[in-house]
Amino acid sequence: MQRQYTVYLQSFISRPCVRMFSSLKLRVGEVLLPGDEFSFDTADRLSLTEAVKAEKVVCGPGLRRSGDRLLVCKSGVLRHKEPNTFWMDSQQRRYVPAKGESIIGIVTVKSGDVFKVDFGGSEQASLSYLAFEGATKRNRPNVQVGDLVFAQFVLANKDMEPELVCVDSSGRANGMGVFGGGGLLFSVSLGLVRRLLAPHSEILTDLQQLFPCELVVGMNGRLWVKSSTVQQTLVISNLLQSCDTMTAQQRQQLFRRVAQGAL
Amino acid sequence: DTSVLAGVYGPAEVKVSKEIYDRATLEVLVQPKVGLPGVRERSQEQCVRETCEASLLLTLHPRSSLTLILQVLHDDGSLLSCSLNAACMALMDAGLPMSCLFCGVTCAIDTDGQIITDPTAAQEKESRALMTFAIDSKERRVMMSSTKGSFSVHEMQQCIAVSQKASEKIFQFYRDSVRRRYSKTL
Repeated sequence: MQRQYTVYLQSFISRPCVRMFSSLKLRVGEVLLPGDEFSFDTADRLSLTEAVKAEKVVCGPGLRRSGDRLLVCKSGVLRHKEPNTFWMDSQQRRYVPAKGESIIGIVTVKSGDVFKVDFGGSEQASLSYLAFEGATKRNRPNVQVGDLVFAQFVLANKDMEPELVCVDSSGRANGMGVFGGGGLLFSVSLGLVRRLLAPHSEILTDLQQLFPCELVVGMNGRLWVKSSTVQQTLVISNLLQSCDTMTAQQRQQLFRRVAQGAL
Repeated sequence: DTSVLAGVYGPAEVKVSKEIYDRATLEVLVQPKVGLPGVRERSQEQCVRETCEASLLLTLHPRSSLTLILQVLHDDGSLLSCSLNAACMALMDAGLPMSCLFCGVTCAIDTDGQIITDPTAAQEKESRALMTFAIDSKERRVMMSSTKGSFSVHEMQQCIAVSQKASEKIFQFYRDSVRRRYSKTL
């Protein structure tokens, strides 16, 4: 009896994360509110016959660690990605900058060596004139105040001013830079943007069957659309703004009606 | 029938004079149905702001401002607890990081000593004491209390117990509303 007890204690101390992983896995797809907690239940007995392995749990946005508990801090649906990443999928409209995300910004100030870009966050980001492809001190890029830029965050944390670049780590533009002229810029919720950018996005496949168009998606909730005529551009922008709050069936019905020319 | 419309804006730019270097600045504005905001609205703003600051994770957005605007649409009693509930739902829906939810419950003690929860304006006028408590969702503790009138310590403790039980229903309502909101994308 005594030996059995000490064996139980050893497995209890060295493998604490298994219970949390399974309790998180159980609630994937559920709607959770701030204040819900996942903690390691010390009263439960661990099975001695199962092979116990250490599991790491990676927390994404909406989940915070406080001590030995995981706290939910945003309301939303709990999502899971293999092997061990969990995050809260929440709907919001206000963008908070994060490193590596590509956004559409508007140039507001051109002062000396640095452009100030408004991307819809709590402060304006800075974009150096050297951060464009093929830009040198003598060869400045042609950027005016009011231009749209598609750029990526290279520095974005809560304490410092965010910084953008229009070139990737190897020095190539890769689709980033100044664009615009003839299209329409509008804003949608962040959830719709993430659904558009997901691999095998249904909304994009439905949209491709409608009209040929050029679409730029910024993760700050801004979309830019350009089509062959002004009317088609307006139709696409209205469709995208309205399919934010529709189920998949309603959206397919709407797209079918538009394709038949009813709208 | 008391209804309050709540709107949250943020995290947005803040004036240099009002910015706090390590936390977000929370501003609450209560607009009455008729007239300009007065002293009563200021004290309500103070109560709501203290509660929100205790439950929001403000350190995640330093040097930003969060603005919460509460517009009174109809006042028929229990206005402060209605404002607290509207504020909590607005903050939760906007996606601001919170450590716990809160709800407001009003109790009135009438001349017979009976405890009435969520009194109407007529019941409030006849009561001898009126208490509003903000209860948090994790441990059902009192976060904020605002009282008016005369009552004993024992009566106050009874009211706190009644409010804690009533807060269960409000938190269940929050959960059902959020579930309905996300039902389309699930």
